[in-house]
Formats: sequence, structure tokens, C-alpha cells
Amino acid sequence: MTLKQRRILFILACLLPGIALFVMFKVYPTVQIFHKSLYLWTGLSDEPRFIGLKNYADMFRDDVFLLALRNTGLLMLIVPVFTLLIALVNAAILAKSRLRERALYRTVFFFPSILSFVVIAILWSFIYHPTMGFLNSGLELLGLGEWALPWLGDQRTVLWALAVTLIWQAAGYYMVMYMAGIDSISPDLYEAADIDGATRIQQFFRITVPMLWEIIRVTLIFSINGVLSISFIIVSIMTGGGPNRHSEVVMTYLYTQAFTNANFGYAMAIGVFIFIVSMALALISNKLTDRGSY
Amino acid sequence: MMNTQPHTTRRSLGKTAGRLALRLFLIVQTIVVVYPLLWNVLASFKTNAEVMESPWRLPSGLEWRNYVHAFTQAHIGDYMLNSVIVVLISMAVLLTAAVPSAYVLGRMRFRGRGFFTNFYIAGIFVGGVYIIVPLFILMNDLQMLDNRFWLSAVYATNSLPFSIFLLTGFMKSIPHDFEEAAMIDGCGYFGTLVRIIVPMARPGIITLIVFGFFDFWNEYVMAMTFVTSEEKKTIPVGLANLMQIQQYATDWGALFAGLSIVLLPTIVIYALLQRKLTAGMMLGGVKG
Repeated sequence: MTLKQRRILFILACLLPGIALFVMFKVYPTVQIFHKSLYLWTGLSDEPRFIGLKNYADMFRDDVFLLALRNTGLLMLIVPVFTLLIALVNAAILAKSRLRERALYRTVFFFPSILSFVVIAILWSFIYHPTMGFLNSGLELLGLGEWALPWLGDQRTVLWALAVTLIWQAAGYYMVMYMAGIDSISPDLYEAADIDGATRIQQFFRITVPMLWEIIRVTLIFSINGVLSISFIIVSIMTGGGPNRHSEVVMTYLYTQAFTNANFGYAMAIGVFIFIVSMALALISNKLTDRGSY
Repeated sequence: MMNTQPHTTRRSLGKTAGRLALRLFLIVQTIVVVYPLLWNVLASFKTNAEVMESPWRLPSGLEWRNYVHAFTQAHIGDYMLNSVIVVLISMAVLLTAAVPSAYVLGRMRFRGRGFFTNFYIAGIFVGGVYIIVPLFILMNDLQMLDNRFWLSAVYATNSLPFSIFLLTGFMKSIPHDFEEAAMIDGCGYFGTLVRIIVPMARPGIITLIVFGFFDFWNEYVMAMTFVTSEEKKTIPVGLANLMQIQQYATDWGALFAGLSIVLLPTIVIYALLQRKLTAGMMLGGVKG
């Protein structure tokens, strides 16, 4: 065997395990959702029947799907904005205030992002629990007993309650990213601003935010995509889509269609739709936040 | 001089007040993060009646029975063992696939390198939960369901694109002289990879392991979908089931004990790995 052949053999051997796994568990299923979304396919033993775009047409006449879409949209709007805002403010404070215990805050704030979503969902179910939860009993303690609500059982509050959980989970993660970004901003900029008499708040808006803008753009896309997948776990454990489907999100709906109703073709059409929408959202948010390069 | 004196004291007074406000702001957030966790640990020592009573009161005694129940009736120990098995297999599969791929893509020139690199980068964005339906059908056809090895293989595949992306960057930063010297000394390609490159890429590999641990340990949706038999379920699925059961059986204590048992190793590992974790995040995340 020549040296060249050995080299090629080595390259192939190195690439093979990764490619095999990737094609089998990622590429093939991705191709499948596009292909089988054009079929009527109900049940594993059922033979798929080609129906063209009917699954897609059905989606827009399906009231539950539209409600789920609206709920998901609302979460995708609220959660990233508040998460990133809180993360940014905390990061700026911790990176610039030189508080002695800043490492402690950082450790604590980051902690929820390594917790299992299941653990978080269970804990927050008890925070919102109508009788034994500490949100309601805390309100009573403060004499605001009449504000107590069944937070997850009321269709007006359920999405907001879930949004708070999602923000609680993710804010620390993005904060650490922003802190890394702030550390890499040249201290000269802040010194110059200090000399010119700029306040801390002015420095935040004029230096920190513009210098971090590229990172903010990336985290915005991460965060939007995160909501899509995390909301599935949070909703399925905390509310099951209730009350009366008012917290149903597209992923829980897809899952029910596939694994409860065995509507595989329809579920895959929903999957394709989500896939395209999340790609489109990434592009749009990328476009909207494009300020040219600094 | 006379004029500036009161001015500066007012300013430093404002500064202390500002610091106090900042601290207050941060402490309130700390409580919001810590209290639910603390409450959970406290509740795990309460009797059922105490749990129902008030979330603010301390437990009157230590109800260790909750922990006994968590192990004997709720099988937390078995779920944990399954999670450990799945994490270990996933990690082994991930490293076997990612390290050689990243080495070749990062350090060797050959036709198709750009294609494969982009192929994996696209994989970072594609995937997630919405391919779970075809994945389920595929695994059903190939009889891979209810099998801890194949669940782990899927986990490893999900982490693969980002891992390769991260490691490739690492590989590129290692100077080429080392390999050349190793080659001259008669190390083959494989020997060079194992003896020279792997030790040098250690920080990158550790980052992968740290991230992988939390991803694999916490994963819920796929574990719930692909594993059906009770004795193979992992911790997140076990806890979610427990939650469902306790709502009717109202044995809250065992549920909270179960949660605490899961929280404890997470906190310990977090305390040990915290620095590596956040450093790794800056490495991979910010670039990502």
C-alpha cells in the first residue's frame, strides 16, 4: 500500500463514523419530513397515500393549530426580548460595577441553565400551584390575597406564567455570553467616556450595546429557536396545553398529532412548516438587526 | 477648594446609594433563582400535610421516609443508573465520531473537505424536535426503539455537528510541527492522532464532555419517545412520570425527595465544573 493510499484510507476511516451517524439520524429524517408531509399516513402499519399539499391546506383550517401558532408566536416574541434584556443588564452590571461578590452572582444566575427542563417545569408547577404554591401564598402574606389566581389554569395568565419560567431558565446563560463579550471590549473606551463625563447608563447604551451588537444578533436567533423547543417540555409538563388549549404550542400539537392520533403525515407537514418559519425568523431577525459593521 | 468639597461628598454618597441599589437588584434576583430550589429541598423533608399547609414554613422534623419512598417506590435509583449508562455510551459514541472527524477536517487537505465541513455546519441549524416523528418511524422499522444504546447514538448525533465545529477550530490552532515530527519518528496517522493530537486538543475535548454531560443527562423528549419499558427510563422521564402519578396519589414528599436527589449531583458537578463550563461557552457559544 502506498503512502497516498494509506492517507486516503485514514481520512475515510476518520470521517466514516460521524458521517454514518449524521446521515442516518439527521439527514434521512430531515429529508423524510419534507417527503412524507405530502402523504396521508395514519398509523405505522398504514400505507402512506400521496395527497399533495393537502396537509398544508388543512393546517390553516385547523383552529387548534392556529391557536397553537398564535401562542408560540407570542412566546417567541416576549421571551427572547425579556431574556436578552435582563441578561444584558445583569452582564453590564456584573462586568462593570466591580462588586466584590460578582463571581457569586454569576454562578447563581447561570445555574438554571444547566438544570433539566423537567426539573424546572416541576418546580414552577408548584410555584404557580393555586393552593400550595408560593406565588399565591406570598401574595396573601403581603395582604394582596385578592390578586391570587390559578396562574396556569386561567387562560389570560397561562402564557405569561410560562413565559416567566422560560425567562428564568435562560437569562443566566445569555448573561455569561454577554459578560464574555464585555470583557473583550477595550477598557480605553470606557475610560475615555469617563473622562468625557458620560454616566454609566450612557456608557451602557453608547458603548456596551453597540460593541456587543453582533453577539446580541446571534443570541437573538438562539433564543428564538430555544423557545420553540423548550416550550414543548415546559408546556407538556406544566399544563398539557390547557386550560382549553390556551397554552398549546406548535411542538406539543405536532407531538399529539403524531403520537396520540397517529397522524404522521400531518405531523410532518407541521414539522416542515415550523422548520421553514424558524429559518425565516432567523433571516428576518438577522436582517432587522443588521446595522452594518462597527 | 471650598466649592469642590461638598460636591465630591455628594457624589460619593450618590455612588454608595447607587451601589446599594445595584446590590438590592442583584440580591432580589438571587432569591428568585435560589428560593425555588431551596424550597424544594425543604419540602423533601416535610410530611404531606406540611407540604399542603404553607410553602413558607420550615419542616417540623426530618421526614427521611420521603427519601426511602423515592428509592423503593419511585425507583429513582434505577432511573439514575439508566441515565448514567446513557450518558456514558453517548459520550463514548460522540468522542469516537467527533474527534477523528474534526482532526481530518481541521488539519488535512483533501477533496471534499469544504463540503463535509459545511454539511456539519448546516446540521447545527437543522434538526431538533421536529424530526422526531420520522426518527421514531425509522427506529421502529430498524427495531432500535426501547434500546439504551440507540437512544445514546441519537444523542451523540444531535451533539455531533456543534462538537465537530468546536473541535475543528481547536485542531486548527495546534501547530503543524508536532505532527511532522511524529510522522518522521515513525508514528503512523493513527498513532499521531492518538498520541499527539488528542492530548493537545484536551481543552476542546473537555469542553465537549462538559457540555455533553448536561445535554445527555437532562434530555427528555427523545428519552420519553424512544424508550417505553419502565426499567430503561432515564431520570427526566422518571421524574415527569412521578409528577403525573403524585398528582393523584398526593405523596408529594417522595416527588420532592426525588427532585432533590437529582439536584444534588447537578449542584456538585456544577460547582466542580463551573469555570470550565462558562469558559467553554465563551469559546463555542460566542463564535457560534
